[in-house]
Amino acid sequence: MQITIKTFAQTREVSGCSSLALDVDNKSTVADVIMHLKQRSQNWANALESNVLTARNQTLCSLDTVVSENDEIAFFPPVTGG
Amino acid sequence: MFVSIQEGDFSPHDLHQQLYSLASQKNAGNTGAIVTFTGLVRDGNPSGKIEGIELEHYPGMTEKALKLLIQDATQRFSLNSAGAVHRVGRLYNNDQIVWVGCAAPHRRAAFDGACFIMDMLKQSVPLWKKEFVGDESTWVETKVSDEYAAMKWMHPSSCALDNG
Repeated sequence: MQITIKTFAQTREVSGCSSLALDVDNKSTVADVIMHLKQRSQNWANALESNVLTARNQTLCSLDTVVSENDEIAFFPPVTGG
Repeated sequence: MFVSIQEGDFSPHDLHQQLYSLASQKNAGNTGAIVTFTGLVRDGNPSGKIEGIELEHYPGMTEKALKLLIQDATQRFSLNSAGAVHRVGRLYNNDQIVWVGCAAPHRRAAFDGACFIMDMLKQSVPLWKKEFVGDESTWVETKVSDEYAAMKWMHPSSCALDNG
């Protein structure tokens, strides 16, 4: 199934990719998606190494969240607004 | 309530009027206090001077998270109305970044509501700040003091006014 990956801030810069359509196995978790991306390139491995928050369809989620077809999964660092 | 994520500048006076008008419509005569906060770009950090910042956001999620935060504050402090505006994109020293306003029957709820929104905004709304000095740019790291300010709301306590 296909999902969309989005990245922001340092995670976007280090991965070198702001948006990506990705094929993953059914019943994959966010942790599986991270594993998949880390194997794509060293840049992705570096971007997802540590201190990254995850969101599924624009709501923060945990690593054991199961993803569904057409989900938007986002990775970004802790926020610094205000 | 109202929220906005925008590139353009805002008028604190107009936003105050908008909040006043909303609070009056909802609960005419019951609003006894309006507290507003405006955040500006400082010209430096502990390492030295900066020339400005760039704010990145997650279109869609940022608006959603800010709206949820305002709804949470409204319920938690029984506010008559509340609003927040946050700018994104390139900003320069002394520019306005953020505005928060709370209307309530009494001043304590309005002050606490505004403090709560600012403390939680720095922890829960997807916004990322990058500072510029010449051609160099550096992402701002999360501050322990900001985390502490947000965590304080988990326990009954006074407002953390020292975390700007």
